[in-house]
Amino acid sequence: MKTTLAGLKKGQKAIITEFNIDAIPLKLLEMGCLPGNTVELLQVAPLGDPIYINVNDSHVAIRMETAAEIDVEIIRD
Amino acid sequence: MATRTIKISLIGNPNTGKTSVFNQLTGLNQQVGNYPGITVERKQGSVRLPGNTKGVILDLPGTYSLNASSMDENVVIELLLNRNDKDFPDVAVVVTDVENLKRNLLLFTQIKDLEIPAILVINMADRMERKGISLNIPLLEERLKTKIALVSSRKGTGITKLKELITEYASLSTEPCLNASSIDPEYFGRLRNAFPNQLLYKLWLVITQDVNFGQLERNEIEDSFTKSKSELKRLQQKETIKRYQFINDTLKQGMTVDTAKAKDLRAKLDRILTHKIFGYLIFFAILLVIFQSIFAWSSVPMDLIDEGFTWLSSYTSNNLPPGKLTELIAEGIIPGIGGVVIFIPQIAFLFFFISILEESGYMSRVVFLMDRIMKRFGLSGKSVVPLISGTACAIPAIMAARNIENWRERLITILVTPFTTCSARLPVYAILISLIIPQRTVWGIFNLQGLTLMLLYLLGFLGAIGAAIILNKILKTKFKSFFVAEMPNYKMPLAKNVGITVVEKTKAFVYGAGKIILAISIIIWFLGSHGPGDKMERAEQIITEQYGNSLGEDKLKDAIASYKLENSYIGHIGKSIEPAIRPLGYDWKIGIAIVTSFAAREVFVGTLATIYTIGSGADDEATIKERMKQETNPETGQKVFNFATGISLLLFYAFAMQCMSTLAVTKKETNSWKWPAIQLFSMSIFAYLVSLIAYQLLK
Repeated sequence: MKTTLAGLKKGQKAIITEFNIDAIPLKLLEMGCLPGNTVELLQVAPLGDPIYINVNDSHVAIRMETAAEIDVEIIRD
Repeated sequence: MATRTIKISLIGNPNTGKTSVFNQLTGLNQQVGNYPGITVERKQGSVRLPGNTKGVILDLPGTYSLNASSMDENVVIELLLNRNDKDFPDVAVVVTDVENLKRNLLLFTQIKDLEIPAILVINMADRMERKGISLNIPLLEERLKTKIALVSSRKGTGITKLKELITEYASLSTEPCLNASSIDPEYFGRLRNAFPNQLLYKLWLVITQDVNFGQLERNEIEDSFTKSKSELKRLQQKETIKRYQFINDTLKQGMTVDTAKAKDLRAKLDRILTHKIFGYLIFFAILLVIFQSIFAWSSVPMDLIDEGFTWLSSYTSNNLPPGKLTELIAEGIIPGIGGVVIFIPQIAFLFFFISILEESGYMSRVVFLMDRIMKRFGLSGKSVVPLISGTACAIPAIMAARNIENWRERLITILVTPFTTCSARLPVYAILISLIIPQRTVWGIFNLQGLTLMLLYLLGFLGAIGAAIILNKILKTKFKSFFVAEMPNYKMPLAKNVGITVVEKTKAFVYGAGKIILAISIIIWFLGSHGPGDKMERAEQIITEQYGNSLGEDKLKDAIASYKLENSYIGHIGKSIEPAIRPLGYDWKIGIAIVTSFAAREVFVGTLATIYTIGSGADDEATIKERMKQETNPETGQKVFNFATGISLLLFYAFAMQCMSTLAVTKKETNSWKWPAIQLFSMSIFAYLVSLIAYQLLK
């Protein structure tokens, strides 16, 4: 199922398909947030933002506005 | 005996234990300073290596890659691109964490592309077994074209091997691990033809970012090789993908992880620490413990320091030959140094807690919890650290704002941090509250005076948030808001690392702020003990003539001293500002205390003590309080420190920007006089207005 990283539920795994590169900080790419890599949503902050993900074995927190720019394909619930 | 010196740069991602490796190699042989012109910390140390060799190690700021996104990271790139820099390394030691090897190797492949001899340190080796990780070192060494030291900086293993590798750095290969230019052969081909003598990767770094690069003029490249920002970023993405392909291939063969063993404590702790109720409860409980201990535990050493310096001051003035020099030492320099030293316990405790929170990985969870709330005010989750630190002292707090990557959020954080109630406000609050708020219990359990103090703390935080809201509306966004916070694994903090941080940060505070506080207390002493004309010299004669022997000896002394003060330069300043502060309910004596407080707030009590000349009981708070209580306005016959004036003063101290050292730090961190000037004027004008309204309503 296609969605964006912002649409994942806690514990869901997905593969990054595409993103709007101008909206993504380079630092995030360097952490391994790249097309083809697996991403898992680990935690959502109490107020729904930011989210805490594991991508390419990097554990990072990003804001929803950034997550919404990253398209993913869910592989496991 | 000729010794060989090897220059070593220690490079690595944040959270890889790079500083622990540095501490292991150098012990306490470290010097901490700043890079010229900027406030980025420069840590250098030395190590004895085998074969009569000495190593000079530069611990470069942590960086995720050679694409700089902050002042700290820029330092790394500028050094590695400039072979003529005096610190340019003979060998780069790249520190990685075995649990994050994939990501950490990205930086390593970039450094290899610069053709600098590089040793790979794989740190945290002690966790491999627990995590089910095994490595094929010979294969990794071959694929990565390097030598590997498997180190546990926690247990101290592998350091000897690392030292040997450093000594033999000349035998390291300088060949890159991969051919990054294949991402756009046409473009890089042209680049190569245009600059046959330059390293291709170096040219690429110069094109993609704003770094200084000797020999080669930026303009020279830019003309024919310019690409739009977004084209460049696409290429950088391709480059990153390419590097990860190589790294993934390499690790597939060289590293195996038994996932069954890798069950995670992290997930469990995260679930509790970032829980929507427990997460906040735990955070506030930790805050409470920190505040409690900062104030409770440091009160004993602070009292001792206070008494010690008071004793030293009177000992000096009683035992050195009387004269100007003795006065300067006893009344200017010693209290000046004392005014700095007294904050050491609080600052040390604060850094002790902050460094434990950071080392353990908990601070990142707080950042995660608070980001959404702070973002509404134009701040970042990362602003929490400066705002907490600000309750001890705004100076280190403002420096802690550095890891906020978004400049706008960082600037707002720097500007509002001085609103938080720092420890220098405490003595002022304490004496004023005891004067105007009755010692009474309300609602059964609350002490009215304590409640007032708590309200003032709250007022400080509200001031900071309010100012942030306003700044958020005013400041135009030039930078895209972004937020990427690594969530490191939980670790038991290392006593050695915590200890070194506490010592280094406290030292930096004492030397940095100390110089300014000391200089200002000398100036104030001078202005307070000298005056225009000869009234100061003739004070004794004038007062004696005026009162004759009708006063006792003590009272006569008091009268002389207060006459002197009135006619000193500072007295003249106080009198001249009186019209401006009268509507706030202050007389000229309070005016003097306020003027001197602009150097540092805690000077208030000391200045009033001097002004009310309590002679031998000058340091006895009860006596100062008595005198303040009795002080009456000669014109109206009313008490000076009545409820209205007291509240007005409390509000003034809560909001006014009265700290030179903070202004100096803001100047350094923002690299402009504009922002400290805005802090000084807007905060002080706001304080004036609030106090004015409060006094006029209450009087």
